[in-house]
Amino acid sequence: MVSPILPLQMRGAVVRRRGKALLGPADLDLSEKGLTIVMGPNGAGKTTLLRALHGLERLSEGQISWQLPFAETLLRQAFVFQTPVMMRRSVRDNLAYPLILRGSDKKQARQTATEWAARVGLSHAIDLPAPQLSGGEKQKLALMRALIRSPDIIFLDEPCANLDGRAIREIEAILIEAQANGTRIVMATHDIGQAKRLASDVVFLMRGQVIESGEASAFFAGPQTPQAAALLKGDIVE
Amino acid sequence: MTEIWEGLVAGFWLVVTLDADLVEITLRSLQVTLSAVVIASVIALPLGAFLAIRRFRHRRATIALLNALMGLPPVVVGLIVYLLLSRSGPFGVFGLLFTPTAMIIAQVIIITPLIASIAHQAIRDIWAEYHDLLISLSTTKRQRIATLLWDGRRALITASLAGFGRGIGEVGAIMIVGGNIDNATRVLTTAIALETGKGDFALALGLGFILIGLAIAVNFAIHAIGQTESEGKW
Ligand SMILES: Nc1ncnc2c1ncn2[C@@H]1O[C@H](COP(=O)(O)OP(=O)(O)O)[C@@H](O)[C@H]1O
Ligand SMILES: [Mg+2]
Repeated sequence: MVSPILPLQMRGAVVRRRGKALLGPADLDLSEKGLTIVMGPNGAGKTTLLRALHGLERLSEGQISWQLPFAETLLRQAFVFQTPVMMRRSVRDNLAYPLILRGSDKKQARQTATEWAARVGLSHAIDLPAPQLSGGEKQKLALMRALIRSPDIIFLDEPCANLDGRAIREIEAILIEAQANGTRIVMATHDIGQAKRLASDVVFLMRGQVIESGEASAFFAGPQTPQAAALLKGDIVE
Repeated sequence: MTEIWEGLVAGFWLVVTLDADLVEITLRSLQVTLSAVVIASVIALPLGAFLAIRRFRHRRATIALLNALMGLPPVVVGLIVYLLLSRSGPFGVFGLLFTPTAMIIAQVIIITPLIASIAHQAIRDIWAEYHDLLISLSTTKRQRIATLLWDGRRALITASLAGFGRGIGEVGAIMIVGGNIDNATRVLTTAIALETGKGDFALALGLGFILIGLAIAVNFAIHAIGQTESEGKW
């Protein structure tokens, strides 16, 4: 039995760039199970929060504590960036890359990659250079590449921005399946419908501050803050 | 006018009939420049990658120096190599002056900064693109460098080809350190200079055709690689 990396505690976290606080001070807890949706208007700090949790942004103050040393947890984390990073290789080699990094046999890794591509309807593009894919295909590829090592937790930064309904449905199905297989999910979005469909709990950010957070059903039924109420009512919040 | 026309025809025949002098000179040119490209690439490609990835104290200064070295006049490089290799110079004991080795040394000095600079830019761009992903996947330093070199291989080939293009057409430095000695250090460019001076346009033009052919082939290859690169085909 591998010891778990969650729950996670973030306390008093502040991310500063050139003296300006982009995030925090903010507190956050991530339980072992669930799908956390991070909501908030553009520039609220969603990306900064996810990157800080994943260790890509240095904290100026505060700390984030996992159940294991960070370097060990990183091996069991994955991140899907807002703009998917397409390596200049074929779709198959993009998918196989994380496996080969971990020392998998190359042939075996490519075989697995081929199977994973099939699961999201990328079989037709398996030998195409990844940068040639459409926007939705790129997002699906980035998502599968992040999931292929079966991470304990995956961070997704607005994976469905600019996608059409069908691609959104496919991506949500993959996420639900990953969650069922035991992957903890933390996802930024400003699509309230998507938040309602997927969230088990919600973090609502504005101007780098956690305005409200908690269980999704309670949040959507009765938001505690006027800002969250305005967001859910469909008003413009900024 | 008729002189030039006759020269063109004669030069063309030399090429078609694979004239012995012409073949010898062409092969020596290729030997010198290809050797220089291989040596320069072995130095410059890792150097370019290193400069793109590693932060160290004098990184900016090193890059500025590299760019400055790219603009070195070949004639001056030739002069310096000449002084170093001449009998009274520090490396005079090796007796390298007026040998193909001296020409290779001069060309390595001329094209290394060019190759390193192009490689640096290419790797830097890919690194900027891949940075977050490679950190996120907790890659080791070795894995990062291997990934960037592999995914940047087309750009690196382009860099080496550009070095070849610069080396094969260069005349100033190899004239000085090679001496344009018949059957020993005569190459395409120095032979053209000599034959033109003597008024033997047939051989000069024949050699010119080959030089132009090589230059076009190199540029075509660079263009083709750039094309596949920008279309994302590889
Ligand atoms: N590299 C940066 N330098 C300075 N400010 C930045 C940088 N990146 C983002 N910001 C600012 O930080 C704030 C939060 O950004 P971000 O986390 O990207 O928000 P979100 O993802 O919610 O749109 C914004 O005001 C943005 O302008
Ligand atoms: Mg963002």
